[in-house]
Amino acid sequence: MTAAAVKKTMRDAFIGKALEAMASEKDLYFLSADFGAPLLDKIRTEYPARFLNVGIAEQNLINVAAGMAFEGLTVHVYAISSFLATRAFEQVKINLSLHSQIRDVNVNMVGVGAGLSYDISGPTHHCLEDISVVNSLPGITIFSPSDWVLAEKFHAYALAHRTPKYLRLEGKPVPAIYDRRPEVRIEDCFCELQKGSDVCVVATGFMTHVALEAVKLAGEKGLKPGLVDLFLLKPLDGEKLLKTLSAYKTVITVEEGFIGAGGMDAIVLGLVNGSGLELKVRSLGFRNKFVFERGPREYLHSLYSLDAKSLAGLIEREARP
Amino acid sequence: MCNNAGKTPDAALLAELRERAKWVRRETLRLHKLAPETRVASSLSDVELFVALYYGGLLKMNPANPRDEARDRVIVSKGHGGISLYPILADLGFFGKEQLDSIGTSGSILGGIPDEIPGFETINGSLGHGLGVGCGMALALKRRGSAASVVVLMGDGELFEGSVWEAVMFAGFHRLDNLLLLVDRNKKSMLGHTREIIDLDPLDAKFRAFGWEARAADGHDAGTVYGALSGLLPARGGKPKVFVADTVKGKGAPSLEADPLCHIRNLTPEQVDGLIEEHK
Repeated sequence: MTAAAVKKTMRDAFIGKALEAMASEKDLYFLSADFGAPLLDKIRTEYPARFLNVGIAEQNLINVAAGMAFEGLTVHVYAISSFLATRAFEQVKINLSLHSQIRDVNVNMVGVGAGLSYDISGPTHHCLEDISVVNSLPGITIFSPSDWVLAEKFHAYALAHRTPKYLRLEGKPVPAIYDRRPEVRIEDCFCELQKGSDVCVVATGFMTHVALEAVKLAGEKGLKPGLVDLFLLKPLDGEKLLKTLSAYKTVITVEEGFIGAGGMDAIVLGLVNGSGLELKVRSLGFRNKFVFERGPREYLHSLYSLDAKSLAGLIEREARP
Repeated sequence: MCNNAGKTPDAALLAELRERAKWVRRETLRLHKLAPETRVASSLSDVELFVALYYGGLLKMNPANPRDEARDRVIVSKGHGGISLYPILADLGFFGKEQLDSIGTSGSILGGIPDEIPGFETINGSLGHGLGVGCGMALALKRRGSAASVVVLMGDGELFEGSVWEAVMFAGFHRLDNLLLLVDRNKKSMLGHTREIIDLDPLDAKFRAFGWEARAADGHDAGTVYGALSGLLPARGGKPKVFVADTVKGKGAPSLEADPLCHIRNLTPEQVDGLIEEHK
């Protein structure tokens, strides 16, 4: 990341595109579970017939959106990540996932506050299980962007693909990564931000920024680790990812999520296990434990060896065993 | 306000509705004999509701094109109570009558709980989903200027699901007057009488408090049910509407009617044969 990279929230980027699209896409609706954003106020005032606040009622949010989608509408539903997929899990399972197997269900679940975005709010607001939970259901696209440029780009993808989708958006403003890589498409699933040798870090969401810092630190020690930013976890072009990873000996997966529980680590491990590649996979995240410690995100990362310095150290140990 | 008094069926229609109800009961029992896993008691309490809707000329439907844009949407939220709708949909031509005999067998389109079957709007079976989904459909239809109504059937035991009340609040506040909820108030859920689990009374007053127009009446008298539903469909008039049908779980099968646990009871083939004779 460069000092000049523009910081912006993913939600503003996505909602900005939604606002633009609503002018021509008459079947696009925006539903919120009493969760806001300044740009959302514009949608609410400019398109009052197509904006609905269902109240703090995530189950009804998903059910109402499903009913609208069954009638052919495109519906964005908007809530805090930690209350979206889990509070309404069965609604997501039955009315989005199951029905999407037999008909179009274009409901885009926009969850804001992935991982430790709400750092000091504590474990009820941390969202560490969403990838595992959503990944357990068939047919739901999982998008976990690392910057607002991708989040913005995803809007056109969301309109074009008439399937249920889960967007795990970071809550805090993040610098752009993809402003200088306009060729990257959502369908690419991932981007090898740095090509390297021996060790490759596979990161998603906010952790890609930490990983960028870590590979820089490792570089200062003469190492050249690779870095893959994985942003479309499902449907994933697994063959292409394996091809990229086959250039390395060790893969370190890094996510703000529970590991060993079906999250991104499991997706990568599952691919590697079935591939015949001799790749060692290490996984960083939170193992079987909620984060009770209070403090800013960088502090929490340091407690769980998820900070850039710790990750750089692990890269070094793996590269020079 | 809607408060349409509803129509009194003429003698010929009344006779037909009564005959149809008997026939649906016989067919439901026959299907239960073919597939004993079906929840027969739950499918016997909603018979007159389906009969009034489908044979009373109250629903806009097109069996040749089950997803016809102009159709009224019917959601059977108490999915296990949908066995009694199978013979009706087959009779009306939504799918072939021969499918009925295949219920529960390998490759059949008909299972113990309806899923992807022509004439069924959504897949239910897990309780508490139908009303919220119905709200979404009703809202979409209103925005589109459609004249179609959305009809949702739920059991009273299903009202214990919290998601139902999120949807009740939503429909009342947004004045979804193209939405009609039918509550099959058979007063029993799996483990006994609903009044002993959490008493739902006063039920119609609860709906009124949330901005609904509510009516309660006998759910097995063909003329009463037709009269009530004909005053509620097509659903309009500024408020969502609920018809609380006072029903008996296992209606028409005395051993089930008398049993608080009838939801999970099966009838023996001999019992079914005897009941079919009685309902001729």
